[in-house]
Amino acid sequence: MHMGKVVNNLLQLNQIHKVFNEGTPDEKTALHEIDLHLKPGDFMTVIGSNGAGKSTLMNMISGKLVPDMGEVLVDGKDVTLVKEHKRSRLIGRVFQDPMAGTAPAMTIEENLAIAYARTAARGFRKGVSRKRRDFFQSHLEMLHLGLENRLSAKVGLLSGGERQALSLLMATFTEPKILLLDEHTAALDPARAELITSLTKEIVEKYKLTTLMVTHNMQQALDLGNRLIMMDKGQIIFETNEEEKKDLTVEKLLEEFQKIRGEKMNSDKAILI
Amino acid sequence: MPTAIFGSIEAGAIYALMALGVYLSFRILDFPDLTVDGSFVTGASVAAVMIVGGYNPFLATMTALLAGFAAGCLTGLLHTKGKINALLSGILMMIALYSINLRIMGKSNVPLLSEETSITKLTAFWQGLGVDQAIESLFGALGMSFVPKTWGILLLMLVLAFAVKVLIDLFLKTDIGLAIRATGDNETMIRSFSADTDLLKIAGLGISNALVAFSGALVAQYNGFSDVGMGIGMIIIGLASVIIGEAIFGAKTIVRATLAVIGGAILYRVIVTLALRVEFLETGDMKLITAVIVIGALILPKLFQQQKEKQRKRRRLAEAKKMNAYGKSGEQFAAIKSDS
Repeated sequence: MHMGKVVNNLLQLNQIHKVFNEGTPDEKTALHEIDLHLKPGDFMTVIGSNGAGKSTLMNMISGKLVPDMGEVLVDGKDVTLVKEHKRSRLIGRVFQDPMAGTAPAMTIEENLAIAYARTAARGFRKGVSRKRRDFFQSHLEMLHLGLENRLSAKVGLLSGGERQALSLLMATFTEPKILLLDEHTAALDPARAELITSLTKEIVEKYKLTTLMVTHNMQQALDLGNRLIMMDKGQIIFETNEEEKKDLTVEKLLEEFQKIRGEKMNSDKAILI
Repeated sequence: MPTAIFGSIEAGAIYALMALGVYLSFRILDFPDLTVDGSFVTGASVAAVMIVGGYNPFLATMTALLAGFAAGCLTGLLHTKGKINALLSGILMMIALYSINLRIMGKSNVPLLSEETSITKLTAFWQGLGVDQAIESLFGALGMSFVPKTWGILLLMLVLAFAVKVLIDLFLKTDIGLAIRATGDNETMIRSFSADTDLLKIAGLGISNALVAFSGALVAQYNGFSDVGMGIGMIIIGLASVIIGEAIFGAKTIVRATLAVIGGAILYRVIVTLALRVEFLETGDMKLITAVIVIGALILPKLFQQQKEKQRKRRRLAEAKKMNAYGKSGEQFAAIKSDS
């Protein structure tokens, strides 16, 4: 009945609206009727100053927050009211804090087993079987950190960079429908951040993951992904497609922001460049 | 004296089940669960009332275990769904259970001395095997005069404690077990990996209190009565067992930690028995002794650590001084060396 084949959106946000502390003097519109569509394989970077609504947007998709209005669709299914833990079967997530994505008192292989078991209901199967261990080992090699030889080391003993690399692997190796990266390099030193950025690129390309990445680093936002949006005060104020993004520079982005908002990016400017 | 210590090891093996339960809530779930004071008695009362009512004592013990599971789940529900602070939800359940336990028993004390219990049944079964005589003759040959009534309860209870320990070890390595451990370790993380942390906490507290009630039921049958006050301070005894065990036997892996908890539970009973032998201490001082033991077990390792650090610093300082002296008189040393 349709004319031609329509590519379905893997992630679709329709008119998402969220107000915090409604009816009090602290009332704040965190998201203002946001529309967002990601096609399979899209890698979108999200930039914007503090309080622009980036984190709220992520929490809407992961299910940590429920919108006041609007709907969230993953792979065509309405998940607006689906609880966070159920939704996380479809959605992988890496947090800003390198400590947040792994369990420190448990071993590397146990952490990977937890991530591996995310796709279905958990049962009484042995978490780290021999077969799974081989699987974990081959994936850890991809990180080039030698972690494949330290399977039974407690994760709490790893450095921040190693933990974030492990978090990234754990969030992705079950090939989730959507990957959310929440400023996942912001808390690392420049060398480690560089490593995680290149690993991100490698892994996302390998699994062709549909990805949404929030970042404070404009250069990173330009280097990674095929689409870019800029947020401010709960709205998407600027969006580029694949072609436009290739010619974009940090200077042009800042110019764009000033043109739209008619004001200078003040304190954030220093952070953003 | 040997008889008293033998008795304390026997009791320790039974209390080890309770300590394993406390280990699950306190260490694995990171949940200081005070329900224990109530659920221990719930186990004892359910078992006692059923035994007096003529039920099979093993069935009574299993029912007690289920009652403990229910009590633990309720605490979990209060905490996760009612969003009540962890400590407070445990205390609330503890207080509520006090009345419930009185209701179950109908009075404050149910004697079991004239009843056939799991313990008397097991003793009879053991004595039928004739192992006691064999051990006795062995001891006689070695010239030892110590003869307990039976070895059966000690050995069977140790086997039971170890069986439960192994089951816990295996369970904590399954997919569900790993998720429960992660819930106590990093809740944000495990929720982002599709685990329902509320459900895991409820189940974990249920299992923990099932073990506590199991232990309570056996202790009632071992002591020959169930009393509404027998659970007071039980959580502290459980913590003492966990902390002493971990301090002495180590807790590097789960397998090691659960073994340490059993060792700690037995050791705790032995320490209390020995302490009560001191002339100026009375039975009523037991809770005070327990508190002192726990405080000691919590503070001493830290003091040792500080002491070690100080020594290390002092040694390094002394070494640095020596090196300085060495550097100044370096030429002399060189001269001597070249001479030789």
